[in-house]
Amino acid sequence: MQGGQSMKQRYSLASLVKNAFSHHEGWAQALPSAEPRESYDVVIVGGGGHGLATAYYLAKELQVGSVAVVERGWIGGGNTGRNTTIVRSNYLWDQSAALYEHGLKLWENLSHELNYNVMFSQRGVMNLAHNQNDLRALSRRINANRLNGVDSEFLDAQGVKDFCPVIDLRGNGRYPVLGASLQRRGGTARHDAVAWGYARAAAEYGVDIVQTCPVEGFEIKDGRVTAVRTARGRIAAKKVGIAAAGHSSVLAQMAGVQLPIQSLPLQALVSEPVKPIIDCVVMSSAVHAYVSQSDKGELVIGAGVDRYIGYGQRGSIPVTEETLAAICELFPLFRRLRMLRMWGGIVDTCPDASPIISKTPVEGLFINCGWGTGGFKATPGSGHVFAHTIARNEPHRLAEPFRLDRFVTGFTIDEHGAAAVAH
Amino acid sequence: MLLIPCPYCGPRPEIEFGYGSEAHLARPGAPQEMSDEDWAAYVYWRKNTKGVFHERWVHTHGCRRWFNVIRDTVTYEILAAYEQGIEPPAVEIETYV
Repeated sequence: MQGGQSMKQRYSLASLVKNAFSHHEGWAQALPSAEPRESYDVVIVGGGGHGLATAYYLAKELQVGSVAVVERGWIGGGNTGRNTTIVRSNYLWDQSAALYEHGLKLWENLSHELNYNVMFSQRGVMNLAHNQNDLRALSRRINANRLNGVDSEFLDAQGVKDFCPVIDLRGNGRYPVLGASLQRRGGTARHDAVAWGYARAAAEYGVDIVQTCPVEGFEIKDGRVTAVRTARGRIAAKKVGIAAAGHSSVLAQMAGVQLPIQSLPLQALVSEPVKPIIDCVVMSSAVHAYVSQSDKGELVIGAGVDRYIGYGQRGSIPVTEETLAAICELFPLFRRLRMLRMWGGIVDTCPDASPIISKTPVEGLFINCGWGTGGFKATPGSGHVFAHTIARNEPHRLAEPFRLDRFVTGFTIDEHGAAAVAH
Repeated sequence: MLLIPCPYCGPRPEIEFGYGSEAHLARPGAPQEMSDEDWAAYVYWRKNTKGVFHERWVHTHGCRRWFNVIRDTVTYEILAAYEQGIEPPAVEIETYV
């Protein structure tokens, strides 16, 4: 054990019963608070799901020495806590399908792996088709998925109605539902729990998770990163991995690295809680709307992106209006629901709607970004392949196609069709 | 909702406009002579500034003309709007980390 942390207790039915006898006052703190040390072998910048997962796999599977995660705010306070929690792997191209499916397989055992209930629920994800062109595009993607071993099936209109009875197939004439793709292994997970679970498990392997520690710059000597300058002092590091989503460009520029990223506000909102009414995830990329129901009963609704660069973590009203209009056409009985909260997260969109998991021109500096509007689903897989890339100083087999220099060579991976939100 | 001051039509709501991202990117004169790195830099590398940012907008549902805007990408405050082809007006630069 590093960092002088006390051994945490394992969560189990037995520990729940035991603690019940002491009125649940005996639970140990789940995550020790860590002060940054003077140096680490690896420093991960960004304490969201991707950064924490990276640290976890570095510490657990790869012998890299000491690891720290530095986070400017609190863990999971960025896009990890702002997304609509949808998990799926039905991407078009071989490279993406392999990467996202790798993630989905890790999801399926994640609660067990982390000893933390991430409430992964494989309730099925439907992507709707509203016109003939949607049908053709969906069929192509379903076939591509099946060839890549990703479960995906076609539902005709009646099949959609059977799977999700609250949907109005006529879409009020505006968004008629002609069919859908269905990935039954897709679903949702509790987003905060993913950050907390990875953090707790990483800390158990000796990772220092340092919160409220914004990075102010990097020290680079002879083309190699040597330290991270933070608001809480200088931290020497042999290797640095950046997993900072919307702030990727800001951090990369501190190291003189250019990125093709544009940071856009993406919005989501939740309704007042109601009794169980929709037991699957419904997505429609054509109308920029997707909806599922949380375990608390709220409808979780994803909206589109604002078209302009913004770091303000809020979006504009016309975007949510357009999304809610579409939701009301597809689900007329949701019209009387009131919305409780709306918020925005800053998503790092890439020109080809695929991520960047890569070495950089700076030796020892690695970057994981460009997940855009769909990074949550990739959290375990992203962290896993990024950790391998950092530890071995060469891309993981699945991360290889997602190198930064694909924008120079021209081998871009166009996933605009499979990304839920157009950008 | 942004209120965007079109230099030709005056202030209008953002839904009338399309976005053109980073301004003052000059297309290289002889792309056939450029290296792949330089071409990638022109096509893909972007400032993505957190703070005061020069960007292009088009008044799609209005005069349909392109122009440039200086906007703070954190507060979303619009500091200036000006025609294409001229030097940007000087504004106070707020910096963020």
